Formats: sequence, C-alpha cells, structure tokens
Amino acid sequence: MAPEAAVPSSGPIASPHPWAPVPFTLRRRSAETADTVSLVLEPPSGVAPLSFRPGQFNMLYAFGVGEAAISISGPTEESGAFVHTVRSAGKISQALATAAPGEVVGVRGPYGTGWPVEEALGQDVVVVAGGLGIAPVRPILYEILGRRTAYGRVEVVYGARTPMDLVYYEEIQRWRARTDLRFQTTVDTAGRDWYGDVGVVTTRLPDARFDPEHTVAFLCGPEIMMKLTAQALEARGVRDDRIWLSLERNMKCALGVCGHCQFGPEFVCRDGPVFRYREIRRFLAVREL
Amino acid sequence: MSTRDPTVPALRLADHKFFHGMSGELLAVLGEHAHPRRFETGQLLVREGDPADEFLVLFEGKVALEILSPDRPRTTIQTLGPGEVLGWSWLFAPHRWRLDARALKPTRALGIGAAHLRATLEARPADGYRFLMRLLPVIAQRLENTRLQLMDLHGP
Amino acid sequence: MSAEEVAVGDRRLVERSDFGAFLGAIRLAGYRVVGPTVRDGAIVYGDIADESDLPIGWTDRQSAGSYRLERRDDAALFGYAVGPHSWKKYLFPAHERLFTAVRTEGSFAVTPEPTDGPPIAFLGVRACELAAIAIQDRVFAAASDPGYAARRGRTLRIAVQCGVAGGTCFCASMGTGPAVKRDHDLALTEILAPGRHYFLVEVGSPAGARILATVPARPATAEETAGGEAVVAATARSMGRTMNTVGIRDLLVDHPEHPRWQIVANRCLACTNCTMACPTCFCSTSEEVPELSAEKVERWRRWDSCFNSGFSELHGAAVRKTHLARYRQWMTHKLATWHDQFDSSGCVGCGRCITWCPVGIDITEEVAAIRADPQARAPTGGSP
Repeated sequence: MAPEAAVPSSGPIASPHPWAPVPFTLRRRSAETADTVSLVLEPPSGVAPLSFRPGQFNMLYAFGVGEAAISISGPTEESGAFVHTVRSAGKISQALATAAPGEVVGVRGPYGTGWPVEEALGQDVVVVAGGLGIAPVRPILYEILGRRTAYGRVEVVYGARTPMDLVYYEEIQRWRARTDLRFQTTVDTAGRDWYGDVGVVTTRLPDARFDPEHTVAFLCGPEIMMKLTAQALEARGVRDDRIWLSLERNMKCALGVCGHCQFGPEFVCRDGPVFRYREIRRFLAVREL
Repeated sequence: MSTRDPTVPALRLADHKFFHGMSGELLAVLGEHAHPRRFETGQLLVREGDPADEFLVLFEGKVALEILSPDRPRTTIQTLGPGEVLGWSWLFAPHRWRLDARALKPTRALGIGAAHLRATLEARPADGYRFLMRLLPVIAQRLENTRLQLMDLHGP
Repeated sequence: MSAEEVAVGDRRLVERSDFGAFLGAIRLAGYRVVGPTVRDGAIVYGDIADESDLPIGWTDRQSAGSYRLERRDDAALFGYAVGPHSWKKYLFPAHERLFTAVRTEGSFAVTPEPTDGPPIAFLGVRACELAAIAIQDRVFAAASDPGYAARRGRTLRIAVQCGVAGGTCFCASMGTGPAVKRDHDLALTEILAPGRHYFLVEVGSPAGARILATVPARPATAEETAGGEAVVAATARSMGRTMNTVGIRDLLVDHPEHPRWQIVANRCLACTNCTMACPTCFCSTSEEVPELSAEKVERWRRWDSCFNSGFSELHGAAVRKTHLARYRQWMTHKLATWHDQFDSSGCVGCGRCITWCPVGIDITEEVAAIRADPQARAPTGGSP
C-alpha cells in the first residue's frame, strides 16, 4: 500500500479505501488496571510520519471481530507510534485489549476534531477527566508540558471509580511531584490504603486555583460529569465559550455517513468529538437526544 | 481537651466558609461553646453509634467518612477538607453518629457543643432558620454527589 | 437521424409504437435497464427486459398507511406515482461488500471491493426522485464514498414527468417537483389523448442525446410541448398535501419537548418502514463477516435505521430509549438538522413514509400540529 505525501496533521492516514484499515504492529502492551491496557501501535514501513491533534481518535480493528473508536492517548513525535488506552468491555475492545506484542491491529484515522490547545496559550488551563476520559486529555498535558511557559496555571482533576482504577498511575505520581502543575485525583470509593480524596470530581474544583476570566477548560468523561463540571466552572466565572467537552456516541464509520453518531445536527465523528460548550449546551439539555 | 499551642493561630468561626456573613453577635454566642480539636493521622473524629454531641467545623487537614461492615473491607465514601463541616446527626434524635470519620492527615477543627447549639437555634428562630438554610444546601449537595457516586459512572 | 442532430435541450416526440425501439436503444448502448414493474401487489423497481415488464395500465391508490394497485382505463406505461422502492436500492445497495481481508504472514491484507460494473439506466425517475438522488449525492460525496461515486457515475437517469399527483405526494411544497427541470439525461412526458399515445422527450445531457439519436424522434411542435407542460402544471395544482417549510429548521430544533412528540410516539411502532422506503435515508451499519476458517473476512455495509433500538447504543444502553426520542430524531433530522449538515432539506415530498407507515403517521400533519402551537406544553401533575 503506497502512501501519499505526508498527510496534513489531522487528516487520516492514506489507505486504498476510506473503510480499509492499515495494519499496524503492536509494539508494546502495558496493563494499566485490571481491565485496561495501553497499546503502542507502530505503523508499517512507508507510512508517512504519524501526526494527530490531541482529542482525535482512530478506528482500531481486530481482524475478524470488528472496529471500535478509541481516542489517541499518546504522542507520536518521539515514538513514531499511536498510543491507545483500551478498556475491555465488549467483544471488540476485548480482542484489542488481549492482543499480544507483535500482533497486528488495524488502524483507520485519525478522525474528528481535537482540543483547541492553541486557545489556551497564555491562559490558565483546567482539565477535568473522569474514568477513561483521562486518555484523550493526556496528549493535552504532553503538549502543554512541552511548552510549559506558554501557559498559565495548569490544574488537573482526575476522578476514577476506585484507586485501583486510576490509569497512568506512575505517570500521575510524576506529575503530582511537579511544581508547575497541580494534579488532583479523587475516587468514588476507597479502602483503607487510600489517603487521597473520595468524592465526585466537582468536589475538587474549589481547591483548584485559576483565574476564571483567563481560563480555558477541557472536560472529558461521562456526559453527566462533564455537564455538572461545566456548570460548576461557569458558576465560578468561566465563560461557556472557553469550556470544551469531548462527547461520545455510537460510531460505525467515523466518516459522517452511517448516521449513528448524530447528536442534534452534529456528527460526533466529524464535527466532534470535541465541542465548545456554548455551541452544544442547548442539545446537552435535551433528554435522549 | 487539648492544650493549645500559642504559636499556632487560634481557629475562629468567622474565618470559616460555612459561617461567612453570619452576624458577629450570633458567632460570639456560638463561639462560647466552640472548642478547638486536633486529630492525628489515623485518629477517629467520630465513631458510628457514639453520641453526636458536637458540630465539627473543619479548618485544616483531611477527613474520610467511612462505613464499616463485617463482610467487606472498610470503605471510604467521601473525604472532607478545610472549609467543610462534618455532619448533621447532632441536629435531631437519636443524636448519634451514623458513620466513622477518620483523619487522613493532621486535622484541626472547631467543635461546637451540640446541646448548646440546638438550644441557641431554638431560642433565636430567625437565626435558626438562617443556619438551617446554610446547612441544607450542604446536605443537598452531599446527597447529589452521593447519587452520582452511586451511578458508578466510571464502572464497566 | 444522426447523433449530431439531437442536442441537449431538444424537445422531441417518440410515438408509443416506438417505445420498444427506445428501450432497445438504451440496451444497445450497453445499459442494464431498471424501472417500474408490478410485483407482489406493488409497483417496484426491477430489471426491464421488455416494455411488457412495465406496469402498463396500472396506477396506485395511496393514502396514509394504504397502498393499492388499480387498473387504469388506458394503457399508460407510467400512470402511477411512486412505490415502496426508491433508486437508492441501486446507488446505495441494502447490502454492500466494502472489502475483503485475508490473513497474511503476521499481518492482514485488505482488498477493496471493485467498484466497476455495467452502466445502468434508471427508467421512470420522478422529479422528487431526482432531487432525492441529488441529496444522497451530497451525503456520500461528503464521505468520499467510492462505491456510490462509481455507481452514480455510470447511471443514466431517464425521468418521467408526473401526470397525476399521488395520494400522499407533496413535492410542490418541498420545491422538488412535480416538474423535472434538471438532473435528467432524458425526461419523458407521457401523453394519452383520444387516438394518440406518445412521449414528449426533453434531452438533458449528451448521453441522453446519444440514445435518442438512434430512435425515431421528431422534434415536438410548440403546441405539443405546451400540452406536455400543461399536464405537469395540472399535477402541481392537484397536490393533496402541503408542508409549510418556512422556518422549519428552527421550529423543530427549538421544540424538542413539544407535547406532539409524545402523541406521535404513542402511535409509532418503530417498525423502520419509513426509513426503508425513504429515498434519502442513508443510515447504515457495518459488519465483520468472517469465514469459518477465520483466515478471511468480509466487511459488509447494510441499511440501518435510527428507529432500531441498538442504533444509538452506547456502553450497553441506547441513548434514544423511547419511541418518542427516535421518532423525534428521524423527523427532526429529515426536515431540520439536514439543513445544518447538507444545506438542504432531507425530504423531497414523495409521500412514501406516509403511505408505508402501518399506522398512517403523516409527517406533514405532525409539522402542522407543532407549527399550530409551537409553545404548547404538556399538562403536568397527576390526576386530582
């Protein structure tokens, strides 16, 4: 399969057919939690240098099983690979999560809109992630930390089910040790070995220090968590055109043609998954939209 | 009763978020029965079933609300920190704590004697109403948060 | 007659007796001809080998939830409106293989499905259907769909002007008909008069001109042409339904909680007939179909419907759980948010969804009900 010239930074990898997956090799697989793994996927030789915008996703393909939309959760500049964090939930994600190093995983993408990190230049940045929502926001942190002085205060809140469900655990400890970033974690319940916070992510916001008038917020997690967090940020003075959410819907094609991912007028695969809160808040308020 | 270290600033109700804007006169009356408390890491502030004889107002540290049941490990369902208040079991019968609260790090609080507090609020109905209208939103938010935790949003 | 004599824009006349030769000319030019034919009590689209395959002397009587064929008292070839099929069955097949993949040494290789094929002539395309094809053109172009583009590129559209408004049609309201004005290769108007039966043929493209050049087709007189136009004008005046589309996008998007949604939801069975019959509905799903050996798989695409419960499934539960949510999605998408996505309405006023709905839900009625009182609120509270 011959590649075209280097693809634009957010366009899909060249492939003979819009639906055809490109065979990537699983270079490394690391278990994050009991049911979640991170996969490092290396392109076949000849594919132009990979690039993506934080927030975009690929359709990952398990031969004989099917495809699933999975956010890109890692940088490619150094590793020349896509990193995806997959939770084993249905038969496709399970097949992906149990692939062994050396095996081939199909990749189609990147697709979708990314986090507008450039809008946060010179601003305070608030990142709130719930559950596996930490995966699509991790690339924002890499981007920001790679140019740290270009941004103001950086506040991260990450909520998970229990301490055992915290993903990127070692990396989080390193981030928490930094003085140029504040990384709060909280869980829904914990046992006796947890000395951290217990409670929903919004309970951590009063402890986050940011200037609401000069803040951009990136939210990713269950929809109700994002809605309540956006409301809490707004109550604190952050304008709704500076708050961004990453939505999720059933996806089959990622091309804007199968119709499954529609959310009001938007195709989440093509007009999203990252949306400006101001533009979608009216649709978030509609039941079963 | 703890011995107060004179080099550490005294805790004042007026400095606490819950009491912001309350009349100085009321704060003075409440303050008469407010005693400084200090809890070391691992120490229980309150124990389930014990008489709930204080309204605990947290100034520093971190407190875990825990449920203990014989058939499962000890579970923390909420942590609280500076600017928050501990509970409301002191307000109505049977005036017994319904959870354990444990300090996860050195914690300083003011404990307002519950009997005195109830008598004060009863004797001053307008202040009593205002006090409850501060406490109710705390309880409501706690309940709403608990519902979200119950939904197990990050579950499989 | 030679090819140079027939030009785009020409208006010619083909006698009924030469219609067979006309069909033959299309086939001789290499086209597979598909068109209307009677099957299972309906006029559907199928292969036309001979003019006798056409629904000669048949018409359809349609109303909400009802479709019946009836005998005409003449021998018109195209004396009906539209049936349950639309041309999307050819351009966007209900089952389409997208690619085949095989395991190779440590990897897999994908072979996209070839998209070449014989040219195909659609015989009897109504104005509303031309509009529907143009709408789907935009949908599939936005996704650079190779199969659709290839099939579309080798399709000849032989349109037919409507001589009578169907029982559920409202194309005039949607600005899509009944007159065929563009997008056709040839457009026929069938004229039956005492002792006369002929077709006025308007040439819309060079491909159409080439076909007509090999058929006896003299230029039409001005009177004949005017007669044809009068037929279509009469059809336009006899529409049984209207849809007021002024501000319809905001009307529906702004009122997702309107009580009418519950009223229509109480009737809707979520049977998906409307989406299957609708010429513009494009939702699909994809399936991985492995062979038993699991060494080879096929990826298929097939029609899907937003009325299916699993359509909006996310993490094991449907986002649109109720019939209300699904009906609202379909109608709001078709009439309103389609504008946001594709800069046009998704509805061409063909009336199929009204005819083929088993409970007779009429989309024009639903819009009118919401428009009549947009701010209506459902009564709240329990009974006294």
